[in-house]
Amino acid sequence: MPGDGAVLTDGRGIVSPPEPSLEVDLNGVRFATPVLAASGCFNTGREMAELVDLSRVGGIVTKSVTLNPRKGMPVPRMAETSSGMLNAIGLQNVGVTEFRAKEAPWIEGLLGVTPVIVSIAGRSVEEYAQVTIRVRDLPGVVAIEANISCPNVERRNQVFACHPDQAMEVVGAMSRLTVVPVFAKLTADVTNIVEVAEACVRAGAHGLSLINTLLGMAIDVETFRPKLGAVTGGLSGPAIKPVAVRCVHQVAQALPDVPILGIGGIRTAKDAVEFLLAGAWAVQVGTANFFDPQATVRIADGVRDFLARKGLRGPADLRGRVKVEDRVREPAYPGSG
Amino acid sequence: MIRARCEVLSVRRAGLYSSLTLVAPEIADAAKPGQFVQVGVPDGREILLRRPFSIHQASRRGGWAGTVEVVFDVVGPGTAWLAEVRQHEFVDVIGPVGRPFVLPKEQQSCLLVGGGYGAAPLYFLAEELRAHGKNVAMIIGARTAERVFKPIEGKRLADTMWITTEDGSMGERGRVTDLLPDVVRKTGAQVVYACGPNAMLRAVAEDALARRVPCQVAVEELMACGLGVCWTCAVPLIASDGQGWWNVRACVEGPVFNGARVWWDRWLGDAEEITPAEGFEPMLEPETVEAGPR
Repeated sequence: MPGDGAVLTDGRGIVSPPEPSLEVDLNGVRFATPVLAASGCFNTGREMAELVDLSRVGGIVTKSVTLNPRKGMPVPRMAETSSGMLNAIGLQNVGVTEFRAKEAPWIEGLLGVTPVIVSIAGRSVEEYAQVTIRVRDLPGVVAIEANISCPNVERRNQVFACHPDQAMEVVGAMSRLTVVPVFAKLTADVTNIVEVAEACVRAGAHGLSLINTLLGMAIDVETFRPKLGAVTGGLSGPAIKPVAVRCVHQVAQALPDVPILGIGGIRTAKDAVEFLLAGAWAVQVGTANFFDPQATVRIADGVRDFLARKGLRGPADLRGRVKVEDRVREPAYPGSG
Repeated sequence: MIRARCEVLSVRRAGLYSSLTLVAPEIADAAKPGQFVQVGVPDGREILLRRPFSIHQASRRGGWAGTVEVVFDVVGPGTAWLAEVRQHEFVDVIGPVGRPFVLPKEQQSCLLVGGGYGAAPLYFLAEELRAHGKNVAMIIGARTAERVFKPIEGKRLADTMWITTEDGSMGERGRVTDLLPDVVRKTGAQVVYACGPNAMLRAVAEDALARRVPCQVAVEELMACGLGVCWTCAVPLIASDGQGWWNVRACVEGPVFNGARVWWDRWLGDAEEITPAEGFEPMLEPETVEAGPR
């Protein structure tokens, strides 16, 4: 792989490797760079367009849309933690009808600029199905992400990705309703993420988005009160990266042919490369957009530099290349080793 | 919104507070009172998120020299870092962010109410109002004399000025809201602007609503991005026809709101009900003109 591409010269007789391409192909879903903006951290790109050239963003995953408008959780909705943050927004959004009216023209305008993945959330299989029907025909939408792992829901049993059979039901219903590829976004807050991933793929998921925020909590010791209005919330940022890399690695080992979008605390190109090595086909950047609106572009540029330095042709040359053969590994789960 | 690497012109003490002046000509040119900037924290720290600071002064000198000044109190790791930033260092700034205060078209008599260093943007506003020929009265309050923000500048800027401190160490003893009814009567205030702690904003807004005086408040709510994408800085805002409400973002739909449209009970209190039983009163929306370069 390294160095087996065509050898070029720069005109002065110096041999240089071919310029790497950042393009990725997730079994038919193509992105110009492997660095997308994650759901809930970019809206549909409208606000960010002022600060970042959207044509250089690999793709945009929209904030999750639900069937009906949701007003979300009371404040405080955010608490900063060590190398991360907790949030409890509660899937606030205008609902799919207004989403279609307001965002569809904008998303269509992104045709040829950057591909859009619509993220869908719901309280029931029926809700996911209803929203799928209403977004599947939108021009500019290249895939749908099933957000079955948002921790900020009224009841824990609404986290469909905590149960393989429930995840399967949602993803199955969505996949049957559309030819648009469905990515299932999973949570690491489970005993065995591979089991959930396999269930989603069996149900028709085209790919997997790994991982959502981790359920967390922070307490103000002066007032004895939780720092979040919703008491618990989703932890994101660099603090969760090792958990996410582990999940990507485990799922990639089990399902090497299933496209994985790696997500969780990616802030630098090195972080992105780590996910690719673990087995991700591309990555999504979430929290980093908040403090660096150009993060997706900066990271993609860094990945290109990394590929060039290593003499690699593209992100696929890194995929799953982590060398674990010589490491003694305990089985991750009893019986799975 | 502009993102720029800005040179620090000065970091000064302003009483108990710190004041940071940045060379930011493009941001200064675009800035209006009530807007804020988002200052990025350098890499390699435990904290990641930008820190929002309302603009205290924007001096538009044209070309390269324009500066933006913000005021802060050291309250956490972000402000502790910023207080240690030195002259000629560069910081990553996004701004100006948010909707500014709007200036009244007809009304002449304006009352500005500020608490603590939250009063900082009111000095910028006072200058704009004066430039538009308005009468400016100010009430500035704080816990103690040393926490009263720039009383001398306030006296220079405003036509009339009152100061309150909770311990009576400067001006009247008490809170700004204790003085409010009297000052409104004396000045015949037709428009009220407020910036400071949210509980103070609420008291000012409710007083103004009771008097049917239009009131704009610049609110503060925890924000992760300050760019309109994270949805953490939610403020429950009542629809302009009084029918229903929605959580809006303090960063882009605010930070300045019509005080009569903020659903204070739900935002600051523990209102459990999802929809008020009898709706809200239709709100006061006076005709306004935009603040801006003169």
